[in-house]
Amino acid sequence: MNYIDNIAFAILLIIGIGFFVKNSKKIVRNIKLGKNIDRSDLPKERFQNMLKIAFGQSKMVKRPIAGILHIIVYAGFIIINIEVLEIIIDGLFGTHRVFSVLGGFYSFLIGSFEILAFLVLASVIIFWMRRMVLQIPRFWNKEMKGWPKNDALNILYFEMVLMSLFLLMNATDNHFQNLNVGNPISQYIAILFQESSFITVNIIERTAWWLHIIGILIFLNYLYYSKHLHILLAFPNTYFANLKPQGQFTNLEAVTNEVKLMMDPSADPYAVPDENAAPPEKFGASDVADLNWVQLMNAYTCTECGRCTAACPANITGKELSPRAIMMKTRDRLEEVGKNIDKNGKFIDDGKQLLNDYITPEEIWACTSCNACVEECPVNIDPLSIIIDLRRYLVMEQSAAPQELNSMMTNIENNGAPWQYNQMDRLNWKDE
Amino acid sequence: MNVPTMAEMTAQGIQPDVLFWVGCAGSFDDRAKKITKAFVKILNKANVQFAVLGTEESCTGDPAKRAGNEFLFQMQAMTNIEVLNAYEVKKIVTACPHCFNTLKNEYPELGGKYEVLHHTEFLKSLLDEGKITIEGGKFKGKRITFHDPCYLGRANDVYEAPRLLIEKLQAEIVEMKRCKTNGLCCGAGGAQMFKDAEKGNKEINVERTEEALETKPNIIATGCPFCNTMITDGIKAKDQEHSVEVMDIAELIANAEDL
Repeated sequence: MNYIDNIAFAILLIIGIGFFVKNSKKIVRNIKLGKNIDRSDLPKERFQNMLKIAFGQSKMVKRPIAGILHIIVYAGFIIINIEVLEIIIDGLFGTHRVFSVLGGFYSFLIGSFEILAFLVLASVIIFWMRRMVLQIPRFWNKEMKGWPKNDALNILYFEMVLMSLFLLMNATDNHFQNLNVGNPISQYIAILFQESSFITVNIIERTAWWLHIIGILIFLNYLYYSKHLHILLAFPNTYFANLKPQGQFTNLEAVTNEVKLMMDPSADPYAVPDENAAPPEKFGASDVADLNWVQLMNAYTCTECGRCTAACPANITGKELSPRAIMMKTRDRLEEVGKNIDKNGKFIDDGKQLLNDYITPEEIWACTSCNACVEECPVNIDPLSIIIDLRRYLVMEQSAAPQELNSMMTNIENNGAPWQYNQMDRLNWKDE
Repeated sequence: MNVPTMAEMTAQGIQPDVLFWVGCAGSFDDRAKKITKAFVKILNKANVQFAVLGTEESCTGDPAKRAGNEFLFQMQAMTNIEVLNAYEVKKIVTACPHCFNTLKNEYPELGGKYEVLHHTEFLKSLLDEGKITIEGGKFKGKRITFHDPCYLGRANDVYEAPRLLIEKLQAEIVEMKRCKTNGLCCGAGGAQMFKDAEKGNKEINVERTEEALETKPNIIATGCPFCNTMITDGIKAKDQEHSVEVMDIAELIANAEDL
């Protein structure tokens, strides 16, 4: 017997999966650069959220056309992967269609896969047309130029090729076609090969089979470099997402401690500080390591669909702010920091940070904190929390708020209202 | 106008059922003061035993927090909490969704735990308890569109109370294209009220007002003094101030009865 095929297959599989595991570890390491935040509470609610939003795609269908097409592609991705399992077993052990022992059920399975593959192919073509022919605006914002645009198209092309190869593989499998069950789509493709010799058809079948599995392994490894990680990260991302009301912003504990001290009449302002006390915490965020790990996972999860940006009142009215760009820039900076660590063993200051070098104050100050982006995100990403953390750094570490906001804050400090009115006049309306 | 303060009530040994948190806009802004008064009229009509803090009230700290000044926010919060806890306040109602959100969600961790209601929720409860009746009056048959304040709607999932009150007026609710969870911000949130907008090609309040006007309303209703300002400005920018009114839900109810 000839084992070369099987050995080649095993090596390919090990390289493909090994490389993916290596890169996945980098992603996990980068996410862990973030600050700790406790999201271990309410496991039941979290699990339900994940089931509903990630597994059940409940937020996708808020936009019905894209939502339903996406569900087809998603179902295809999950279900057709059963076929990949068969390919792996066949490849490793030299069997051919090992699951065909299941008989009628196998025909049913493959038949469903074929229909799904066809629907996926159609959906992906429609997705491509939405981008390139209809030119739906959210795919053409300025942050979508260059790589982000090509990345999105690459993924669509990948899926088109993979689905076509799957159907071609079935169409050129003479034994499978002769059974004539479970081939609702491929039987029509098989007609094209009726005139071809047995050997030619066999070669095409083998080529399609190999290209299909090689394509899948390449796609798996392409994920790391692309915006497409959401197919994996959507699940943890929805699980660990914020469960509190959207309007509730975190209260910074470091600030609470200081304010309590300030308001404590028995506090001794001249007390010698505790030598063992940790150095005062930096307020807010100016770089990725100041954000928490959920925010960093959000950045890797973002698939740049742009629903957030399309709903953002600032973006709609032509401001610089785009919540999607906030997530993309956070990821870009995080990857830069990650590469820095790869190269140097630890992070060596590169003179750059997320704030200013990636995200500008103009963007952050345009936000109305309306939560439209958070509401829109199909996988519960929270761009607003990053915006607020950056504002906190600007205001509390750098006193760099816009002048009008400084006046507003001075008013609150001096007279308990954002405008210059005397607190003693607060009840005057009663008699006016 | 009968507006007892917590200090007066406490001096008389009375613990009011609910504290009306007026807020800075409700206390100082000329337009918002009308909303405050309309709400007080309803409270008095319904014989609700309420009180205000008056000169002891201070900004909740919301705009400072949204602007990133957590220090100032927490100083305001803790000062207010000291006052509220000293009066043993249990229940708060406010006509400002920003105060509402902050008091309800952000004060508890700092030691201020109260039942907090937006005035539309409170009015609905008065209605349910039969303490007020709402009949169409002069709004019967009018086209009213409701602008969801972000800090009431998305931030706290209150969508139905204001709509139910409008329905009780026997008015016709006409929804904007972007409403409820998809509602578009008026442009004032996140401390934008207190600064000029960044460079762009349009003001957010104009975008929102245009959408509201597409419903051909007689009245644009809101439940937030800041939304009210922004949309009133939008109406002026579109030269519609003579044909469309911007009103708070409390004003609709008070005016329906000519209180």
